[in-house]
Amino acid sequence: MLKTSNRVADHAVLGAAPEAADVEIFLDGQPITAKEGEPVMSALVAAGVTVFRHTAKGSPRRMFCGIGRCTDCVMKVDGVPGVRTCVTRVAPGMRVERQDGKGNWSEGAEDGR
Amino acid sequence: MADKPVVVVGAGPAGLCAAIELKKAGAPVVLLDENDKPGGQLFKQIHKFFGSREHKAGTRGFDIGTGLLDESLRLGIDVRLKTEVVGVDPGLRVWAVEDRGRSYLLEASRLVIATGATENALSFPGWTLPGVMTAGCAQTLVNVYRVLPGKRVLIIGSGNVGVIVGYQLMQAGAEVVGVVEAAPTLGGYGVHTAKLARAGVPFHVRTTVARAEGGESLERATIVGLDDSFKPLPGTERTLEVDTICLAVGLTPSVELPSLAGCATTYVPELGGRMPLHDEYMRSSVEEVYVVGDTAGVEEASTAMEEGRLAGIHAAWSLGYLDDAAMEAGAAETRRRLDALRQGVFGKKRFDAKSRVLEESHNR
Ligand SMILES: Cc1cc2nc3c(=O)[nH]c(=O)nc-3n(C[C@H](O)[C@H](O)[C@H](O)COP(=O)(O)OP(=O)(O)OC[C@H]3O[C@@H](n4cnc5c(N)ncnc54)[C@H](O)[C@@H]3O)c2cc1C
Ligand code: FES
Repeated sequence: MLKTSNRVADHAVLGAAPEAADVEIFLDGQPITAKEGEPVMSALVAAGVTVFRHTAKGSPRRMFCGIGRCTDCVMKVDGVPGVRTCVTRVAPGMRVERQDGKGNWSEGAEDGR
Repeated sequence: MADKPVVVVGAGPAGLCAAIELKKAGAPVVLLDENDKPGGQLFKQIHKFFGSREHKAGTRGFDIGTGLLDESLRLGIDVRLKTEVVGVDPGLRVWAVEDRGRSYLLEASRLVIATGATENALSFPGWTLPGVMTAGCAQTLVNVYRVLPGKRVLIIGSGNVGVIVGYQLMQAGAEVVGVVEAAPTLGGYGVHTAKLARAGVPFHVRTTVARAEGGESLERATIVGLDDSFKPLPGTERTLEVDTICLAVGLTPSVELPSLAGCATTYVPELGGRMPLHDEYMRSSVEEVYVVGDTAGVEEASTAMEEGRLAGIHAAWSLGYLDDAAMEAGAAETRRRLDALRQGVFGKKRFDAKSRVLEESHNR
């Protein structure tokens, strides 16, 4: 699982991708290699993840605006549900989970973002 | 002279230029943006802009952004990033939230609102499926984070945003299976449209998307022809296999902050819908509040920059940092460049619309 990479290494206009250190994050417990400085959204898209969460009625969602306006992309991040993954940068060891509906808080999780 | 700063909200091309003019005149200025990088939409624009040389034709958007950024750094402008403005009161107190944690109030002598625009959504059966997104979302992913959101893409809307994003997705390796346009004619500038057409991308005019389908994410889109009154024509449905639909169906000015500041608004379809009224110096109906760039009617980056300059020059003068002659000369020069940008088939429409806004502003 999660072997795909949708990263654009070489680009006609932008040239080679800038060097960025790898950062390991976890999606529902599975490791994913992200790039330092990128948002969770792009790390997941790069890894071929197509569903970020389900609504209370079970309908799948991914992302829509990509700039923090619509809340389509919310997930549970380090125990906190409802975090907009398109404007949240990855951090080493970050635990990202798909949530159902509004999701739930993990014991002791703090809303630092 | 004032000791309170001029507060500029939004560090896109419009806000950056306003802050630069203010600082050059010697006025204290604070520039706020919710992102951790200034530049607004500019850093997504990897194509060459056109127009005249003085409008940086042939320069790519992100290079223009870098240039403005360098200038603002050189001038030592107080730029506060990761700072979202969530409120403004009639006493020009600006409520800022830093890093989603610390909240504070800033007292402003003048306020320049340059918060840009929001992309429109389009609802149809299946539009919430993973794989349906705004064109700006796809553009951000591919040009800023260099990740492809999908492999087979259908673009809804043939305006500049649609065709430019379509071409940029192709440059990054995706296949664009078509561009759908409800109107009888294509909406984008010829050069951008031609790039896609040359690559063999089919354009479907008088057509819309009927529905999107798939299990857990987008697998198919069905498009349908439209009659003269935009009603679906029976028997014209076609199904395309796609994993991505990009919605490029226009932008609406972000009027939240101008509304909170008490600025009067008007409805101008050519400029994106409801927008704040402004005069020829970009001053809103509230004398101390200026509106510039997409917030003051959706146009393009080059016009946004000139509007920003105009407001910066006028605000600096209103606080005594420029004399009458310097202000009038600067404003006239900026307006001349703005008029030059509002020419041609597309520009003329915006020129006429902006003229109506000025007239309405004067008649109030
Ligand atoms: C997908 C897309 C593609 C486009 N392509 C082109 C193109 O190719 N060429 C072109 O000329 N134009 C293009 N445009 C139009 C573009 O909007 C303008 O060219 C230009 O960026 C407008 O400048 P601006 O400064 O008014 O707004 P923006 O560039 O949008 O900048 C607004 C800034 O304000 C910030 N902001 C908003 N609200 C707040 C708040 N409450 N608190 C703090 N900060 C806030 C935002 O984060 C942003 O940085 C495109 C627009 C989109 C959406
Ligand atoms: S995709 Fe819209 S808020 Fe993240």
